[in-house]
Amino acid sequence: MPTPIIEIKNMSKSYELGGETVKALQDVCFTINKGDFVSIIGPSGSGKSTFMNMIGCLDKPDTGEYLLDGKEVEKMKDNELAAIRNIKIGFIFQNFNLLAKLTALENVELPLVYRGVSVKERKEVANACLEKVGLNDRMNHLPSQLSGGQQQRVAIARALAGNPPVLLADEPTGALDSKTSKEVLQMLKNLNEKGQTIILITHDLEVAKEATRVVRIHDGQLFENGGDWIESERINEDGYTQYQNQ
Amino acid sequence: MNLSESMKMAIRSIKTNKVRAFLTMLGIIIGVASVIVLVSIGQGSSQSVQEEINSLGTNLLTVSVSDTDSVELTDDTIEQFKDLSGISEVAPVVSGRVYAKNGETSTQVSMTGTTSSYISVRDLELSQGRFLTDMETELRSKVVVLGSDTADTLFENQKAVDQNVLIGGVSYRVIGVLKSVGTSMGSSGDDVIIAPITTAKRATSSTTIGTVYLKAENENIVERAMYQVQGTMTTLFPGQSDNYSVSNQEDLMDTMSSVSDTFTLMLGGIASISLLVGGIGIMNIMLVSVSERTKEIGIRKAIGANRKSILLQFLIEAVVLSCLGGLLGVGIGLGIAKLVSIVSSLTISYSWSVTMMAFLFSIFIGVVFGVFPANKASKLNPIQALRHE
Repeated sequence: MPTPIIEIKNMSKSYELGGETVKALQDVCFTINKGDFVSIIGPSGSGKSTFMNMIGCLDKPDTGEYLLDGKEVEKMKDNELAAIRNIKIGFIFQNFNLLAKLTALENVELPLVYRGVSVKERKEVANACLEKVGLNDRMNHLPSQLSGGQQQRVAIARALAGNPPVLLADEPTGALDSKTSKEVLQMLKNLNEKGQTIILITHDLEVAKEATRVVRIHDGQLFENGGDWIESERINEDGYTQYQNQ
Repeated sequence: MNLSESMKMAIRSIKTNKVRAFLTMLGIIIGVASVIVLVSIGQGSSQSVQEEINSLGTNLLTVSVSDTDSVELTDDTIEQFKDLSGISEVAPVVSGRVYAKNGETSTQVSMTGTTSSYISVRDLELSQGRFLTDMETELRSKVVVLGSDTADTLFENQKAVDQNVLIGGVSYRVIGVLKSVGTSMGSSGDDVIIAPITTAKRATSSTTIGTVYLKAENENIVERAMYQVQGTMTTLFPGQSDNYSVSNQEDLMDTMSSVSDTFTLMLGGIASISLLVGGIGIMNIMLVSVSERTKEIGIRKAIGANRKSILLQFLIEAVVLSCLGGLLGVGIGLGIAKLVSIVSSLTISYSWSVTMMAFLFSIFIGVVFGVFPANKASKLNPIQALRHE
């Protein structure tokens, strides 16, 4: 019996954009179990980013329920959300979002700094995380002295440093060439094999396919069987119309 | 996230922008330094004035007549003062300006006609010769004692004693030269000619005694002696109290110190305005820093920084800036004050309380002007901040 780590029920979110109300999410229900490697795929403007912000506790839904690792998140205050982000979620961004003035090691330490971990302990943890991504020989380099792939690996190490139950990767390969993309994806796969829950958000079918479960988001609605849609033999079918007809 | 952690982070971010940090601090540096320098000068001058007044002797009483027509002090009055129990010595003074000449050199000086007790009442000292005697006052001798400046002017490199000076065409013998007493309250004590009061009355053609200096027996009975003198004056000149005044050094000192305190306060006030302007400079730079580092704030928030950590980070940065500026300002201010005291003749009096105040005020300014930008940073929406380029 798999344990659900994320449970989303009837989540809706809309916002005003140029005087028009955009329904970014409509009644989304979604469950992710521990150890899942889920990719969420969707074109730009589909509500993908909004959904990611919701999962990442960066934003609060208008209505609906969100249980993250057994905690009700949707009614939390800003400060509680900050703590949740710190403990429960490891972010990996498209453009790495490392702090340019800090070394690789210090970047990895950052989540622990905000958690109030002692200097010695967090150095050890950060070192271990950099070792996991194979970069402990570069721990005193600034991000500007690292290649894109290395920077993303540092970002992964930073996401792992807090030992969060969920890794949330937003287009992690978007700014990388295909070779380093593969490396980074392989790394995520390896992590998943060791039991790490990973949510991968992308618009790239090839990347999404690497996950064990693919969901598609479109016009603010979530479709579970996105994986079928991107099966290569059915790539020319009009998946959207099919889902409309289902 | 504890305080020392935030402090390290702040110092780090200041280090990466050294020039900007220095320019930001400049306002505070100048402000603190100018407060310290100006207050040091102000207090130094007030101190030197007080020292001068003190050196005149604290048991000195002065009766000065502003209207010599209605209040005519005579030798009898002087005798009455002498009889007062608290008064040890009395020196009446007749003064006027005269033209003194020695060969080709001539100068205009004030002539003080007085008696032999003047030297002890005013606590003066001679550098050469002797002072007036009672006999010379009786005999209207044509002898003078010169102030040090007057002696220098008239007898440049010569010995003045036993030489003659011409005053109003009459020859006077110099019997002594006073030691320099310096300038106090705008009148030089060295630019005088002292003659017997009887002689001076003729030379200056003024017969009225304008001032009487009295010496109380000791410092403790100055107040009582003053009441006695006032009593005598009231008996002799009833209803004329507007035309004369009796004062002691204490009164003079109070007046002077209240003047110089106001002066110091004003200088300090002007300087603290620049400190305030420096604070606005810090706020300005911190606001720029917040908008420059929006992305960084977004990342930190996504990673789990709460409002308090971000607020603290920026606030501490502002305080560290102003604190560093304050320290530099204190150093530079003390240095400049020292330099001023070496280079110019101004007396400098360091005030540690003012130095401390200026420093604490600079920190206070850092907090006040840091709160607004820091609060702005802490309130940023993480989603928008992350998207910011």
